[in-house]
Amino acid sequence: MHDELSFPILTALVLTPAIGAVLIALISSRQAQYAKLVAAITSVTTGAMAIWLTAEFHQSDDGFQFVTKQPWIEEWGISWHLGVDGISLFLVLLTGVLFPLAILGIDPHNDEPGRDKPYLAWLLLLEAGVMGSFLSLDLFLFFVFFEIVLVPMYFLIGGWGYEGRVYAATKFFLYTMTGSAFMLVSIMATAYIASRNGVSGVTFDLVEIAENAEFAASTGRWLFFGFAIAFAVKVPVFPLHTWLPDAHTQAPTAGSVVLAGVMLKLGTYGLLRFGLYLFPEAAYWSRYLWLGLAVVGILYGAIAATMQTDLKRLVAYSSVAHLGFIVLGTFAFTSQAITGSVMQMVNHGVSTGALFLMVGWIYERRHTRQIAELSGLQKVAPIFAAGFMVVMLSSIGVPGLNGFVGEYLILIGTFLAEPWYAAIAATGVILAALYLLWAYQRVFHGEPGEANEGFAELKLKEAATLLPFIGIIVFTGVYPKPMLDRIEPAVDRLIGHVESVADFEAPSPDEPVIVEHDDADETEEGDH
Amino acid sequence: MLAQDTFFTAPDIEWWHLSPILALVGGALFLLLVGALTPRWPRGLYGIVTIVTAATAGVFAVLQWSDIDDNGPATIVDGALAFDHLTLFLTITICVAVALVALLTIDELAIAGKDAPEMYAMFLVAATGGVVMSSANDMIVLFLGLETLSLALYVLAASYRTPESQEAGIKYFVLGGFASAVFLYGIALVYGGTQSTNISEIAASFTTTVSLDGDSPLVLAGLALLLVGLAFKVAAVPFHVWSPDVYQGAPNQVTAFMASVGKAAAFAAMLRVLLVALPFQRDDWRPVIWVLAVLSLVIGSLLAAVQSDVKRMLAYSSVSHAGFILVGVEAAGHAGPNDGTASVVAYLLFYSVLTIGSFAVVAVVAHSNGGDTSLTAFNGLARRRPAITLALTVFLLAQAGVPFTTGFVAKFGVIQAAVDVNSYAIGIIAMLSAVIAAFMYLRIMVSAWLTVEETEVAKEQAPISTVLAIGIAAIFTVVVGIYPEWVLDTAESVAVFAR
Repeated sequence: MHDELSFPILTALVLTPAIGAVLIALISSRQAQYAKLVAAITSVTTGAMAIWLTAEFHQSDDGFQFVTKQPWIEEWGISWHLGVDGISLFLVLLTGVLFPLAILGIDPHNDEPGRDKPYLAWLLLLEAGVMGSFLSLDLFLFFVFFEIVLVPMYFLIGGWGYEGRVYAATKFFLYTMTGSAFMLVSIMATAYIASRNGVSGVTFDLVEIAENAEFAASTGRWLFFGFAIAFAVKVPVFPLHTWLPDAHTQAPTAGSVVLAGVMLKLGTYGLLRFGLYLFPEAAYWSRYLWLGLAVVGILYGAIAATMQTDLKRLVAYSSVAHLGFIVLGTFAFTSQAITGSVMQMVNHGVSTGALFLMVGWIYERRHTRQIAELSGLQKVAPIFAAGFMVVMLSSIGVPGLNGFVGEYLILIGTFLAEPWYAAIAATGVILAALYLLWAYQRVFHGEPGEANEGFAELKLKEAATLLPFIGIIVFTGVYPKPMLDRIEPAVDRLIGHVESVADFEAPSPDEPVIVEHDDADETEEGDH
Repeated sequence: MLAQDTFFTAPDIEWWHLSPILALVGGALFLLLVGALTPRWPRGLYGIVTIVTAATAGVFAVLQWSDIDDNGPATIVDGALAFDHLTLFLTITICVAVALVALLTIDELAIAGKDAPEMYAMFLVAATGGVVMSSANDMIVLFLGLETLSLALYVLAASYRTPESQEAGIKYFVLGGFASAVFLYGIALVYGGTQSTNISEIAASFTTTVSLDGDSPLVLAGLALLLVGLAFKVAAVPFHVWSPDVYQGAPNQVTAFMASVGKAAAFAAMLRVLLVALPFQRDDWRPVIWVLAVLSLVIGSLLAAVQSDVKRMLAYSSVSHAGFILVGVEAAGHAGPNDGTASVVAYLLFYSVLTIGSFAVVAVVAHSNGGDTSLTAFNGLARRRPAITLALTVFLLAQAGVPFTTGFVAKFGVIQAAVDVNSYAIGIIAMLSAVIAAFMYLRIMVSAWLTVEETEVAKEQAPISTVLAIGIAAIFTVVVGIYPEWVLDTAESVAVFAR
């Protein structure tokens, strides 16, 4: 082991936003202006700590780092066990960066300034929950954080959303809670069954169970599906996705950004951390189900997105398609595909987050999200249009931008294991180009018309919010190496773990695989 | 008469072990006698005496806790009462609930202009009955406790001269009387089968006189009747029909009392009958409990979701909570090591505090709306009373089982106990019904936070001691929700019964 930081940075990452939320709740309504200040300080501090964590992260170490373990409820074998590895590192960083942007860059749209206070408190509480979920190495702790994020999100959608917000918020809450119901029972069963099969005593410790428990094949499969249902709802995997378009469309802009940016990743991250890692045999056994659903999700999401008349709904359906890619990569069981999946989790968070941000700005200016009512925006707001273009191209997966690296790795990795699934999924890339470019054409090209004449150009504050997104998009697209170098060891370790438990061997590297992303594979990527 | 009976030897009375019961009875008598003989006391003093009485009884119970750690559980008063951690834990739970309800009652009676000692005395009498039920080691004593509690509750439910309150009282009385009769007949049949009413002797008889495979038809019939009576008292489906009407009609503080003390005492009786007296019949009663649990969970939460009155919603939700507790009882009914009993008593403590807090908020809203407790009365509450709405949210989220609240710890405990004995199906059913119930809690929250009242509604009065009760309950719910270990540790030892 190398030197660890003496500062409990992971605990601080979880607690700082939570403390911020409590402080805001304590500020009296007459001094509401301090709420924003507290929110800014705590979220920026958290972001800075996330960046510091990334800088201190040991690249070559494939295990969990900065581990904190304190007993919490000893009675039940539950501990405050946090740790970060290459798989969660960038999700933590993304969370740390996205929240200050959402808090500082986006104003909640409401008529009463006094209501900013709870809005900020809920956002910070959400950040604490998301951070906790990504960092937990204890099943109970993970469940607690995974479940607690529902509450702030429910109130954000319900309190600051658009016209159909109460319906959307309730649907979101109940859908996710149904999934969690299965997971909770599964978590307990895992702990108890593990205690009779290799683990000493009842513990909810993830590492302990994953490394020592020997589940019978059928037991492992039942347990795996208990977890998987919760994650499949959260991702969402087709056909459990119906809450997503409503929630995304009705959520306030910051809510959509956070929902798409980090909350959906709780599902895909969960599949990797609590699916593949805990139940390798069951995950491998059920891979065709997941690959199939992923491919259906990619095509369905793309086709549904094409048909949307509401710009925000279109972006929401594009998320269904993009997350299909992530699930596809996860269950291809090759190093490239899973690395690509982890990377794509971050990429999707950045690019779709930015898309929701810009759609939010369009709504603020025009009070409509209908594609038919928008046109010619490029003429009146060229910089705005250019920004939208970059973000959109990243979402499509154009080489040179971040989306390409992830999708390419996923497809090449999947092709190694399951060529047919990769081939069908690749058509999703083409469809993505179709629906996004078509939407861009309808909204930004043509003549502005009377209603769109007054469309304001990108403001300074908006530009400052958008710039970090574009910076990440371009940097990761051009130079993904630092990211890949940190993700790969953890992924290889995970694959090794799957190989050691399941009757499975990763496809041999003898086949000529081109991992360098600048050599575009013509058959896979198509021309867009 | 007894003194002349040469065969009668007076049993040793362990006065110290009886002190919680004596304190409660003493407080009740003091209130009734002194209260009747003196002019009206200053506002709130009756309530404060009640709180002091409950606190004294609670402290007596706490002081005796380590006694059992040192000397082990025992039966006292010639085997009539059990002195074990189950007794003490439930005594403390009941005392906490009485104190909280008394805080609420101070304001309720002041606003209604009915400040008088009777209601407090009835609370203390009912609490005595509850403590006797949880410590009974004899079926007859158990029945005495049950009747003491029930009779007090009938009077309490009918204590306001409104038609709703009168209706609640008479409904509860007729149906409750019927259930008590069924229960008593059950005791008689079990006596017929085992030749004893003493719980220790009933349990012991299965190793001597009655065959182990439980074929005694008398005992089985008695068990069935006992289960009906107990299921009525805990309001488990299909014996729940009285509860929504009674909960809705009774005064708010009485509803809070029934949902906390009434439920805790009834479950205590259930644990005594099923786990202490008839553990050898567990294969017979466990499937029944399973069915009662599932029906209560599913039907309770489904019916809760469609109500339009918040008190009725909370009544049905208490049915669904009874289902959850039954999951723990079912788990405790499996042979082998498990912490089903511990999870049941922890649930009772957490739920008692939660439900009193919820009904206290309902009481606050009801005052300024002329007693209206419909969902629309809660519209826009957050704008008028943000702090109280926040507390209500804590109670509702806790009842839905959201983490960092006692409600989650409680649910986790019972489901864990069920999973530990491989009752996966009931665990999943319970969690799914929690989702249905969550819909109902969300409806209340939507109304309070997200619905804006068109017309200007007067700000609700928030009387001080009610606010205090709400505050204590909310802080308990969150703090113990985050750090539950000390309660769980304490509850751990309750499964060692005195026999």
